[in-house]
Amino acid sequence: MFDLVYIWILIIGFGILMYVLADGFDLGVGILFPFARSEEERDIMMNTVAPVWDGNETWLVLGGAGLLAVFPLVYSVFLPALYIGVFLMLAGLIFRGVAFEFRFKADPDKRRLWNWAFFGGSVVAAFAQGAVVGTFIQGFETENMRYVGGALDWLTPFTVMTGIGLVAGYGLLGVTWLLLKTEGETQQWARGWAYRLLIVVMAVFVIISIWTPLTDAFVMERWMGNIAWLWVLPALTLLLAAGLWRALSCCYEATPFLATIGLFLLFYLGLIISKWPYVVPPDYTFWDAASAPESQLFLLIGLLFVVPFTLMYTAWTYYVFRGKVRADSGYH
Amino acid sequence: MELDPVLLSRIQFGFVVSFHAIFPVFTIGLASYIAVLESIYFRTGDNEWARLSQFWTKIFAVVFGMGVVSGLVMSFQFGTNWSEFAYRTANFLGPVLTYEVITAFFLEAAFLGVLLFGRNRVPPGLFLTSAWMVAIGTFISSFWILSANSWMQTPAGIEMRDGIVHVTNWIEAIFNPSFWPRFFHMALASLLTGGFVVAGISAYFLLRNHAVEASRRALKMTLVLLAIAAPAQLVVGDIHGLNTFEHQPAKVAAMEGTWETQRGAPFLLFAIPDSANETNHFEIGIPNAASLILTHEWDGEIRGLKDFPAAERPNVGWVFWPFRVMLAIGFLMIIVALTGAWKLWRGRLEESTRYLRVLTWMVPLPFVAVLAGWFVTEIGRQPFLLYGMMDVHQSVTPHLTGGMALFTLLGYIAVYAVVFSAGVYYLTRIVRHGMEDVRTAPPVEEAGRPKRPLSGADDTLDSEPKSR
Repeated sequence: MFDLVYIWILIIGFGILMYVLADGFDLGVGILFPFARSEEERDIMMNTVAPVWDGNETWLVLGGAGLLAVFPLVYSVFLPALYIGVFLMLAGLIFRGVAFEFRFKADPDKRRLWNWAFFGGSVVAAFAQGAVVGTFIQGFETENMRYVGGALDWLTPFTVMTGIGLVAGYGLLGVTWLLLKTEGETQQWARGWAYRLLIVVMAVFVIISIWTPLTDAFVMERWMGNIAWLWVLPALTLLLAAGLWRALSCCYEATPFLATIGLFLLFYLGLIISKWPYVVPPDYTFWDAASAPESQLFLLIGLLFVVPFTLMYTAWTYYVFRGKVRADSGYH
Repeated sequence: MELDPVLLSRIQFGFVVSFHAIFPVFTIGLASYIAVLESIYFRTGDNEWARLSQFWTKIFAVVFGMGVVSGLVMSFQFGTNWSEFAYRTANFLGPVLTYEVITAFFLEAAFLGVLLFGRNRVPPGLFLTSAWMVAIGTFISSFWILSANSWMQTPAGIEMRDGIVHVTNWIEAIFNPSFWPRFFHMALASLLTGGFVVAGISAYFLLRNHAVEASRRALKMTLVLLAIAAPAQLVVGDIHGLNTFEHQPAKVAAMEGTWETQRGAPFLLFAIPDSANETNHFEIGIPNAASLILTHEWDGEIRGLKDFPAAERPNVGWVFWPFRVMLAIGFLMIIVALTGAWKLWRGRLEESTRYLRVLTWMVPLPFVAVLAGWFVTEIGRQPFLLYGMMDVHQSVTPHLTGGMALFTLLGYIAVYAVVFSAGVYYLTRIVRHGMEDVRTAPPVEEAGRPKRPLSGADDTLDSEPKSR
């Protein structure tokens, strides 16, 4: 039977990337919330994502269910290993999710409470997801396909660093999204924050790129052994970051957002290359983690029919809510 | 005291899933109602319908939001607390749950954005389509999730190889023996929940003399629906019960509080089950009624709990009592619905303020009935997760400590307490505030308009007035 695992790596990889990018920018808007200069500006910021955040978060549910379906070992090792972190992420997502509805309905004095819920929830969720990335790089203590490590193995200086990195990264996605969706003073303000966040993101990128190979012989070997062609990746990253910096200086509106997406793509690629073919490092590959071929096939058939439509109507909703969001275009 | 991770995980799952369930059970019914309202508005252009639709859409948004975030939690519970179960059943549950995401969740989420914010951004026909897409999405979602749940109750179409479930027949597994009764039972429960909430709040508006014309119409149409759905639920519930009797006799024994296998078993109206002594105290029953209901024979045989090893019996009290709560509310709903239909027919609906007040009190009851029903079916399945094949001890996450489980249990309780109180508070305020007057929609520009920033003037009309 044809090996479906490759196809599924592509599909799940695409799903996770979609989640990171889509929920990334709306989490990023939450991360920037306390730095806005007025309540009107916060209204605008929230309204840029209000019609789409729910769909964006659906990619996370797809990630959870999809992993259970095709790489159940990932699901049944990652979640027990990150037990506390997953709870924190979910609690964060809950608070920021309900803040969309409650903030606009609250009295002005209570609105502050939901501002903090939106900010706090977004930061905690982003940090926890960054820690997941760090834990993936660190690897899992397993025995006979089960997680056997401790409750807080996922919380180390290294994962704190990746956590901070993703908070800054989502912030950058959010701020460049705002560049695209706002105008005037708000746009100027967003530009200023984009510079700062880009610096933090690149700093964390450099630190992680040095830290990981120094502590992980496998990663060191992977990159040094293939340096003949792998040097392209960090070079592209730096080039793109420089391009983004320049695009921020002037009147570009969409370019910074697209460049940030490009940066995320490169980070993501680098991450997969570092650990390939392992998906539950250091012991299990994608093939060890795969579910039964019949199950993978059963899902694939339906998916190929349905997902094009899903992408089409999702794109359509973005089209419906295209254009700048202004103070008086509050949807609520 | 030793903390038991299995018990704590069970309590946690029961808590988060109960909390989650109250939202979809309401939004499934409400989504269809909004779609119907929009359809009538589309055909008649009568603003009262739009007014109703806009009011209920506002309620829908809050409830759906809470449903989404609490649903997010559900998609990770199997992995965090029941990883062994997840790993062993992934070959079936994984694809089914993923199908739910790609066929339902994306549909709901995308078109909900349009329904909430897009009335003046898309042509009326597309807006109406969006309302229906959300409604259809909610039903597709319940199809898959109830298939997954039913399969855990009555596994089919699979075989175990080295402790891992492998699917041998997808049709048999998806449409497993308890699926259809459960699906219709739940679909009707959603309609009843949505219906009683709409009826109760419409009655509340009528009592306050608020939005009289719109509320009158809403009340009339829901009463007609309820007068059909409430009695129909009795029939479907009976079929569901017979199905359980056939496939999960231990659950039925607990529901009936029957310890000894017997012919002509009574239906117990009251009893205090005592598991330690394998008996009931203070029994009051209707002779032969249980046998009659379950076997449709006067002295049909009912298997008692003692027929099953003590380790394979559910906690009797937790099944016995919720079952009676559900039944009592079910009969009350039938009486209230039929009374309303009778008054409607005689044209005495609005003058009967006492009846309208009763309707406002009915609002919380369908939620209680739904939760009670789920308690019956889920606690009644214990100690199994996969009925007859995997029990809770084989399913829990290895190396999960009692302390970790307690930490997240308390955490979820704290988070949900805040979110739930805030939600109820804001919902109450929306209801107190009442219906807005209808804003007449500006003509929608042709599709394929040039891509330009929307002008400020358009946007003012777009924006809904703040709820205060």
